[in-house]
Amino acid sequence: MMETQAHASDTLSPEERAADSTAVFGFWAYLMTDLVLFASLFAVFAVLRGPAFGGSSMGNIFNLPYVLIETIALLTSSFTCGLALLAARADKVQAAILLLSTTFVLGAAFVGMEVSEFTRLVAQGYGPSHSGFLSAYFTLVGTHGLHVAVGLLWLLSLTIAILKRGFSRGNMRKLALFSLFWHFLDIVWIFIFTIVYLMGAL
Amino acid sequence: MNWQELIFGKLSWSVLPQNPIAWGGAIYMVACILAVLAFVTFSGSWRWLWKEWFTSLDPKKIGIMYITVAGIMLVRGGVDALLLRAQQATSVGDSFGIVSANHFQQIFSAHGSIMIFFVAMGLMFGLINLVVPLQIGTRDVAFPFLNSLSFWLFFAGAALINCSLLLGDFSTAGWLAYPPLSELQYSPTVGVDYWIWGLQIGGLGSLLSGVNFIATIVKKRAKGMTWMRLPMFTWTTLGSMSLVVFAFPILTVTLALLWLDRTAGMHFFTAGGGGNMMMYVNLIWAWGHPEVYILILPAFGVFSEIVPVFSSKKLAGYTSMVLSIWAIVVLSFIVWLHHFFTMGAEADVNAFFGIMTAVIAVPTGVKIFNWLFTMYRGRIRFTTPMLWFIGFVVLFTLGGVAGVVMAEPPADYELHNSLFLVAHFHTMIVSGVLFGYFAGLTYWFPKFFGFTFDEKWGRRAFWLWLTGFILAFGPLYLLGLEGATRRLDHYSAALGWQPLFAVAGVGAVLIALGFCCQVAQLIASIRKRHANKVGSDPWRGRTLEWSVASPPPAYNFAALPLVHARDQFWAYKHTKIHHDMQAEDFHMPKESAAGLIIATFVFAFGFGAVWHIWWLVIFGALGAIVTALARTFDEDAEYVVTASEIVHREAGLRRDEAITV
Repeated sequence: MMETQAHASDTLSPEERAADSTAVFGFWAYLMTDLVLFASLFAVFAVLRGPAFGGSSMGNIFNLPYVLIETIALLTSSFTCGLALLAARADKVQAAILLLSTTFVLGAAFVGMEVSEFTRLVAQGYGPSHSGFLSAYFTLVGTHGLHVAVGLLWLLSLTIAILKRGFSRGNMRKLALFSLFWHFLDIVWIFIFTIVYLMGAL
Repeated sequence: MNWQELIFGKLSWSVLPQNPIAWGGAIYMVACILAVLAFVTFSGSWRWLWKEWFTSLDPKKIGIMYITVAGIMLVRGGVDALLLRAQQATSVGDSFGIVSANHFQQIFSAHGSIMIFFVAMGLMFGLINLVVPLQIGTRDVAFPFLNSLSFWLFFAGAALINCSLLLGDFSTAGWLAYPPLSELQYSPTVGVDYWIWGLQIGGLGSLLSGVNFIATIVKKRAKGMTWMRLPMFTWTTLGSMSLVVFAFPILTVTLALLWLDRTAGMHFFTAGGGGNMMMYVNLIWAWGHPEVYILILPAFGVFSEIVPVFSSKKLAGYTSMVLSIWAIVVLSFIVWLHHFFTMGAEADVNAFFGIMTAVIAVPTGVKIFNWLFTMYRGRIRFTTPMLWFIGFVVLFTLGGVAGVVMAEPPADYELHNSLFLVAHFHTMIVSGVLFGYFAGLTYWFPKFFGFTFDEKWGRRAFWLWLTGFILAFGPLYLLGLEGATRRLDHYSAALGWQPLFAVAGVGAVLIALGFCCQVAQLIASIRKRHANKVGSDPWRGRTLEWSVASPPPAYNFAALPLVHARDQFWAYKHTKIHHDMQAEDFHMPKESAAGLIIATFVFAFGFGAVWHIWWLVIFGALGAIVTALARTFDEDAEYVVTASEIVHREAGLRRDEAITV
C-alpha cells in the first residue's frame, strides 16, 4: 500500500523518486504537444489576420486597458500558484490552501472577463462567423480560455484532495504538475497579449 | 428547433443505407458484431474478457488488443480495396460498374482513412506495446493507465468511423478531405463529420501514446542501457514517437478548425469570408508528411532486428543507423510542400522542397545498404520474417526511386494526381509499412504465445502478397504514365486502359488470398501449438526480450537486468560471467476500467458532435472529465509483488522450459 502520510521528499524510496521524475518528464512532453497546438493556432491567426474581412480592423474592436487587467489577473495567479507550491513544500497547509484559493479566484476572474469580452464582441456583430480573422481570433483566445477553465477544475479537485489527505506524495506530485501547467498557460497568454492585442493595436 | 431535433439531432430513418451494396456492408457489420457478442456470451467469457483484457494495464495485452482491432480494420479496408478494383476494372464505356460515383468516392475515402489510421497505426502501436518494454528491460510503460486510455480512444475512433456503414454516409472528400469540397456547402451530409471525429479521437489516443513511449524510453531503460546500447526497434520507436508528439497536435487543430467551419459557420478554409483553403492543405500535410515516417520508422526498426538475427551477424553500421533515424525525423518536417507543388508556390519554394525531398532519400538509402551489408557473408536463414524483408527491400527501393522522380517539381507537374502517385505511395506503405509489421508479427509471435507462427502458411501468404502486389500496382504505374488520374469511377473504352485495370483487379484478388492464408496461418498455429511449443529464445535472438520466458510473465523480469553491451542477450549467452540477480519487492499497476469508461464517454461525445445531438456532446464531455479526475485521485492504483512470490513463479517457469527445450 502506498503510505498517504509520507510527504517530505527525503522519505521517498528510489522507486518512488524515479516514478515522480518520470511523471514530471512525461508532463513536460505533454506540454510540448500543447505548445505545438498553440503554435498551429498562432500560425492560423497570422495567416488570417490581414485586413478584417468586410469589417473594422482589430485596433478599434478591442479594449486594450480591459485586456491589460485580464493579463494582470492571470499573471498574479501564476505568482500565487508558485507561492502555494513553496508553502506546500514547507508543509504549511493553511497558507497553501489560502494561496491556491487566491489562484482560483484570479483564474476565475480571468475566465469571466474573457467570456464577457466575447459576449460583447458577438453582441456588436463581431462573432466568430463574421470573418476568417475573427474565427482565428476566437479560436486561438478561446482555446487558451478553455485550458484555463479546465485548469480551474483541476485546481478545485486538487484543493479538495489536499484538504482531505494533506500533502500526500500523490497530491504533492499533482501540485507540481499543476503548477507547470499554470505557468505554461501564462506564457501562452503573454504571446496572445503581444501578438493578438498589442500588435493588433498598432 | 423542435423536440425531435433536440433529442435526435440530425438522426432520422432516412439516414439508413440507400442501396444494396451499402446495405450489404451494414448487415455484414451488424451480423459480425452480433456473432461475436453471442459467441462471448455462450462461451461464458465476459468476466474473463473484462478482467484479463478490457481492464488490463499490461502493455503486452494492450498490444495484442491493438493488433486484433487493426486486423479487423484490415478486413474493412481490404473489402473497400476490392470494391475499388472491381469498379475500375468494369466501369468502362457503356458499363458503369458496380457502384455509383458517389458511393465510389465514399469507398476510396474510407479505404485510405481506415488503412492509415486504424490498420497501420494499430499494428504499429501494437508492436511497440509488445516489444519496447521488454527490449529496454522494464516491467511496464511510464504511464500504464494512460496506455490503456490510448488504446480505448483508438478503439472508440475506429468504432465511430465504422458507424457510418449503418447510420448516414462516409465522407466523399478523399482521405485528407481538402476544402472547399469538405466544407458544408459541398459536403452537406455527416460524412466529413464522421471522418473528422473518428480521426480526432483516434489521433488523441496516438498523441497520448507518443508522450507515454517517449517517457518510457527516456526514463525506464534498464541500468547500463546507455543510448548507444539501445536496440534498433526502440530507437526507431523513439524517433517515430518524437514525430507523433510534434505532428499530431497540428492534425488536432486542423480537424477542429474544419469542424468549426462546418458546424459554427466559421471561415478558416472557406472560399469566401476571409478564409484560406490553401492553409488547410499546408496544415494537413505539415502533419501528413511526418505521419508517413511515423509509420515507416518502426517498420525499419523491425527489419533492423530481424536481419542481424537471421543472418547470424551483428547489425552493420549501428551508429549510422541511429544517425539516419534522426536525419529522417528532422528532414520529414521540411518536405511537406512536395504534396502540392502544383498549388502555385514560387519556383524557389518548390525547388527547396524538391531538393529536401531528394535529400531525405539519403538516410533511407543508408539503412538499405546497412541491411544488405549485414546479410553479406552472413549465415542466412530464410524464415518467413526474412522473406518479408527481401520482398520489402526490392519493392521499397523501386518505390523510393519513383518517389525521387516525383520529388522534382517539373516531373511532378506531369505525374501529380495520377495513378503513378497512387502506385508510388502504395509501394511505400504496403511493401514498407505492412510487410515490416507482418515480419515483426511473425518474428515476435512465439515470444508472446509460446509457440511459432506457422511457417508453411506464412510462406504461402508471403508469395501471394508479393505477386498480388506486383500485379495490382505495376499496372497503376503504367496507367499513371499514360495519363490515368486517380479516383476515376469511369473511363472511356477508347483509351484502352481496361486490360491493365483488369490485371490490377487480379492482383487485388491475390492479395486477398494472401490475407486468407494469414488467417489460415493463425488457425494452423493455434492447432499445432503443442507441437510447435518453443522456449524463451527460438530464433537465437540478440536483445533482452528473448531472455525471458515465452510468454513472458506479467512483470516481464523477475529481477531487472543489468546491461553491459549493445546486443545484451547475445553477449550474455556468449560469456561465462553470469550474475545471480536478487529478487526484490516491486509495485505493479492494478487493472482499471477507467480508460474504457472515458473512451466510451468520448465516443458518445463524438457521435453527438457528428449528428448535432448537443445533450450527448455535453454528457460525453462531462462524463469523460469527471471519470478522468476521479481516476487521478485514486491513490490505491498499485499492488506489491513480493520477492518470495517471484522466486516461486520463476521456479515454475524454469520447470516448463526444461520440459520443452
